[in-house]
Amino acid sequence: MSEPMVLAENVWKSFGSNVVLKGVDLRVEKGQVVVLLGPSGGGKSTILRCINHLEKIQGGRLSVEGTLVGYHERSGKLYEMRTREVAKQRAAIGMVFQAFNLFPHMTAFQNVTVAPIRVQKKSRQEAHELGQKMLNRVGLADRAAYYPSQLSGGQQQRVAIARALCMQPKLMLFDEPTSALDPELVGEVLDVMKELAESGMTMVVVTHEIGFAREVADLVAVLDGGVVIEFGPPSQVFDNPHDPRTAEFLSAVL
Amino acid sequence: MATTADAGKPPVAQRGQRPPDIKAIPVRHYGTWVFAAVVVYLAVAVLVSLAKNPNMEWSVVGEYLFKPLTLRGVVVTIELTIIAMIIGGIGGVLLAVMRLSRNPVLGAIASFYIWFFRGTPVLVQILIWGFLGALYPTIYMGLPFVGLVFGSWETSAVIGAFTAAILGLGLNEAAYDAELVRAGIISVSPGQSEAALSLGMPWGMTMTRVVLPQAMRVIIPPFGNNTISMLKTTSLVSVIGGNELLTRLQTVWGQTFQIIPLLIVACIWYLALTTIFSIGQYYLEKHYGKGHSRSTATKQKKPAGLVASLENEASAIPEEHR
Repeated sequence: MSEPMVLAENVWKSFGSNVVLKGVDLRVEKGQVVVLLGPSGGGKSTILRCINHLEKIQGGRLSVEGTLVGYHERSGKLYEMRTREVAKQRAAIGMVFQAFNLFPHMTAFQNVTVAPIRVQKKSRQEAHELGQKMLNRVGLADRAAYYPSQLSGGQQQRVAIARALCMQPKLMLFDEPTSALDPELVGEVLDVMKELAESGMTMVVVTHEIGFAREVADLVAVLDGGVVIEFGPPSQVFDNPHDPRTAEFLSAVL
Repeated sequence: MATTADAGKPPVAQRGQRPPDIKAIPVRHYGTWVFAAVVVYLAVAVLVSLAKNPNMEWSVVGEYLFKPLTLRGVVVTIELTIIAMIIGGIGGVLLAVMRLSRNPVLGAIASFYIWFFRGTPVLVQILIWGFLGALYPTIYMGLPFVGLVFGSWETSAVIGAFTAAILGLGLNEAAYDAELVRAGIISVSPGQSEAALSLGMPWGMTMTRVVLPQAMRVIIPPFGNNTISMLKTTSLVSVIGGNELLTRLQTVWGQTFQIIPLLIVACIWYLALTTIFSIGQYYLEKHYGKGHSRSTATKQKKPAGLVASLENEASAIPEEHR
């Protein structure tokens, strides 16, 4: 199987008259960690949300493991997927949000087990073991009974990562996972992500953490004005960028 | 002793130590106290005059307060309130979801319903349901326009005073609750449903598991308020002979003319019921306030430790693992 995990070809997306993606091309192979960089408004978060079909694309093709996102293709025609089928596609893709979006009325443990029980119909025992394992993996086994409001931002984001991992996804999307954190809490979240990358998880990460990108990413894509202006290994993008805008952006960030 | 030169600078020996608590003479609010005294004086005067007024006939109040006739009325009042609020609550959720749905027809129907039922007095609605027989003497079940009829009943037999009261109160309440529920749903951040959707939850589950439980925190206080309001609104049903508390007392004073003492009986019972319902509301708020340390209901400041964890998870762990 050589199908790429994510393949975006000439993807267009607009909100009303505001065109956010103007033909994005992106290819993420299985097991790769791809970091999306670029100035705000460049379309990084939007392409990420399109991969999970939280946003509908208006042009081009976007597929995950060779399957179109949100559409069926039969004899050259596109048919919108039913919401249940979309839900099934999403269940296989984990997503971590800037604002954590933990469910505040559930404990950390309930947060991580609710989807395995309700969506994947796992037995409670199986889900509980999985939940324990994943909370343990992010170093929060002792916080299982805490509500999100009783956890620090870094802990909340780690629970959110554990929640996504409990669905045993084939692909993880991170939408600025450390941007809402106090500086001293960023490290603990990045450590969890590093460990995840080392374990072979396919990841697409929108972030401003250049250090993380340099150290962990296999490939870095720079988006500006709704297109990918630079795509390559971190050493090339950071040390020898093709596009002057990349250099400009990097000098502003570093 | 410190001289004026180093005023404001504590002696070196005291730095870093907690100084004694400030003891200042508080400001006296004489005006407030005079006003309070006047109010208390007037209130006592009113109460004494009421208590001493022979027309209150306290003996009659005592006689009727726990009569089976009164108690049966109280039971009907509670039944009407609870059933009407259930209809109102379920109807309200349906209407709110319809209004928020992407289907324009459903949205328009819900808006029309809310417009109509909020726009006409509930007393008029109760009367219409009570006199439905005058509008439709017979009720048919079948397919309209096709002429297919499965059965027919006389309206007065199907819709008695109690059913009419339930319909009048419940359908009106649904219109109000719809707005409450909608406000509650909107109050939940869109990130919550996005997180639920990204976990593969279908739309309905996202609503019932994630959005509505959080909306409840916002919905419960005004819903409790509506319930208490409903307890008293049930008295309107007396216009169609609803057999609740006020209707029954009315029939008594129709014969004995002991209007004032029987109205006092009604007041005492309505007060007692609203008090009980308020207590129930407190516990409901506490339940749905879970995880919100700043809400009034949850007073716990410490994280739910191991004990709480065992309590919470006990219900979720299958029997054989306890």
